Amino acid sequence: MVWGLFVVFATISLIAVGGATSSLNEIHRQLVENRGWLDDRTFGQLFALAQAAPGPNVLAVSLFGYWIAGLPGLAASTAGMLLPAGTLAFVIGGLAQRLKGHPALKAINGGLVPLAVGLILAGGITIAETAAVHGWGWIAMTVASAAFVWRTNYSPLWMLACGAVLGLIIG
Amino acid sequence: MAQRPGLAKGADRSLGADGCKADSMTETVVPATIVPTRTDLFLGYAKAGLFGFGGVAAWARRIIVEERRWLTEREYAEVLGLGQVLPGPNVGNAAVMVGRRFHGFTGALCTSAGLYIGPLCILLLLAAFYEAYGQVPRIGALMQGIAAAAAGMVIGTAIKMGSRLKAPPEMVALGLLAAVAAFWWRVPLPLIILGLGPIGIFCAYRRQSSVAAR
Repeated sequence: MVWGLFVVFATISLIAVGGATSSLNEIHRQLVENRGWLDDRTFGQLFALAQAAPGPNVLAVSLFGYWIAGLPGLAASTAGMLLPAGTLAFVIGGLAQRLKGHPALKAINGGLVPLAVGLILAGGITIAETAAVHGWGWIAMTVASAAFVWRTNYSPLWMLACGAVLGLIIG
Repeated sequence: MAQRPGLAKGADRSLGADGCKADSMTETVVPATIVPTRTDLFLGYAKAGLFGFGGVAAWARRIIVEERRWLTEREYAEVLGLGQVLPGPNVGNAAVMVGRRFHGFTGALCTSAGLYIGPLCILLLLAAFYEAYGQVPRIGALMQGIAAAAAGMVIGTAIKMGSRLKAPPEMVALGLLAAVAAFWWRVPLPLIILGLGPIGIFCAYRRQSSVAAR
């Protein structure tokens, strides 16, 4: 299982275009649907826990790994997600001076960013689904939080706090 | 910190305190950048990791460009741009490249360790808390509320990014197709990237060359 975690995340690491959040939907597909290592509810709550903590968003992966297989799982999933991409970044970093402003690089970025945005949206809906089964109040919370993040520049932590309060009231 | 001599103290303060002022200053004065030691790299990124609630991108830029001045605004934008093209976490990729730029392999280790170790420790504490109390109904409901809000956070980020792109119609269509394929059709991510990625890159390339031709 520990090795399985490493393989799953090492694969995702190399295809996660435009950041870690864009692979959230794929992580759910692998861990919840294909392998049944987590249930929907736990997946959503662990992701929420990672969002409430400081640090790079990618660390939600570490938490999934920890929940599935303890500290070895944490090490395997974190290493899987960080090492392949990090190695690639290290190698490419050496060519950075030659690559900067290269038209091909601009085209690759321009072509992949819309995909990344679509994938992030899919990941968000996946998490929303894990919460929405519990009723309309949660859906309203998700919509309000999306609008808040989209239309304002305040810290999204305010919305997480609102969600916690709402949970205590209607839960 | 190994600060270069001859840097006015007043300028130092105005740079750290006010982001807008720092931007206007970098336009007019060529900012002296500072070569960080390995310890500086570790501590700078540790601060970005621990202060970065809801993502570290903003803090990393602030610390590297404004506060510690390891790189100019332009240099960091180039590194981050490259980090975005590469797969995996953007800021993490940028951290590897920043570390490498100053101290090679050990530099990359210092920035990465700084970025991840602090937040990982906090996550472990939270996980232990969740393990102990997650089954308590009230705590479960509280976590469910945070999950609902976090889902909205991710959706809102996607909408914000999408609307800022001002993407041409074919790119909007591609992005939506990726979302539908991933969520409703449950298509594996590698297939989505291999299928839609080349189309997106081709479209972006065509737009680019038609703009250049005009």
